[in-house]
Amino acid sequence: MKPHNFDYYRPDTIDEALSLLAEGGDEVQVIAGGQSLMAMLNLRVVMTDALIDISRLAALSYCREIDGCLEVGAAVTQAELLHHPGLAEIQPLLAKALPNVGHFQTRNRGTVCGSLAHADPSSELPLCLALLEGEVVLRSATGERRLRAAEFQTGMMETARRPDELIVAARFPVALPGAGYSFAEVTRRHGDFAIVGLAGMAHNGHIRLGVGGVADGPAVREWRLKPDQCDDVLNAFAWDMEGVDDIHATAQYRRQIVRRLGRKVLEEAGHAQTR
Amino acid sequence: MLKLGKAGRHEVKFTLNGRPVSGWASARMLLSDFLRQELGETGTHVGCEHGVCGACTVRVENRAVRSCLYLAVQADGLNIQTVEGLAGDDGELNALQRAFRKHHALQCGYCTPGILMSLTDLFDRTPNPDRAQIEDVVGGHICRCTGYAGIMAAALEVAGQPQQ
Repeated sequence: MKPHNFDYYRPDTIDEALSLLAEGGDEVQVIAGGQSLMAMLNLRVVMTDALIDISRLAALSYCREIDGCLEVGAAVTQAELLHHPGLAEIQPLLAKALPNVGHFQTRNRGTVCGSLAHADPSSELPLCLALLEGEVVLRSATGERRLRAAEFQTGMMETARRPDELIVAARFPVALPGAGYSFAEVTRRHGDFAIVGLAGMAHNGHIRLGVGGVADGPAVREWRLKPDQCDDVLNAFAWDMEGVDDIHATAQYRRQIVRRLGRKVLEEAGHAQTR
Repeated sequence: MLKLGKAGRHEVKFTLNGRPVSGWASARMLLSDFLRQELGETGTHVGCEHGVCGACTVRVENRAVRSCLYLAVQADGLNIQTVEGLAGDDGELNALQRAFRKHHALQCGYCTPGILMSLTDLFDRTPNPDRAQIEDVVGGHICRCTGYAGIMAAALEVAGQPQQ
């Protein structure tokens, strides 16, 4: 199918993009890689009066380490982050999760921040940001604010971004010294939407598990336990998320993945610790 | 700032397989449709039109991407490669295309142009990819004829990897 008609704007600066957003409000959509948005426009699930294309904004095409975080600009593709020099040392969770994001071809175009903005409950990058307690940097013509992952993603494909705001970057905390990280997901085939995605972290006697694809958004819990003591807390966590049956899997199957694969992910994170 | 209205058509120019081309596109026109309908380059196939099947995959700035998730106006000024650019000027197939023929890596051929463009991207960036890397790339395409065995065999041969 084809998208309905819209105006197309390609601003040359962030400020031009912000003034377009200030004027356009709810009637306009920001497009970066468009790997979700273009499909939704083609299917006419989304209709918009105008697209603001930020994919060529050089000022948003950067990765840098700042304040203990890897800051990823809004024009950085998933493939660019995956091939960022030293990513497996800077933040192993991203290096492990990114190969599961879409396919080779969509990672070449899809952006990291676009995935956060789309806020699909089963998507990998919002899960990583939530587990790591990262932040999203939002800018409007009137100022900038930073929201923690849990504040940013408010529900299923819903975020706290205001209509006049542009996501300019995401901040993923770098690996804590000695901490172990792991990632796994269950899909029908590699690259498909995850039925359940799991991100784990072990550090200093604590274990933390993030789960995507069960609740409306990523859910994160932390316990002061060893990975082999976690069966009871994982069972309680699996029930607390109140997953539902859908065309892909039953709620019961999802709970079972959280219990079984959750334990495996936490054990892997435990083994990946370097002290 | 570039501002293109929803009414009317806009001139789009880019480099296609090494030569400059131009045509006219409304803001909403997909790159896949622009290639086929405006430029007459029908080697790029259109399947699902929402980024899942991979038939429309082309290379933009050397990266394999879905041309159905790309607007023609977004491609303005860029370097595009399609399946028409793979064979030599005399029509001689390149090594990857010859391997596809040898290993029966296509039957109906609908998915083939996209797979060729994805694998060309992989081989350009990774001279001797292993089986897992090839599977990751081929996994972004749907082929309902071959069962992928021939495609994998052809790609492994070009990669210089054992077939088993």
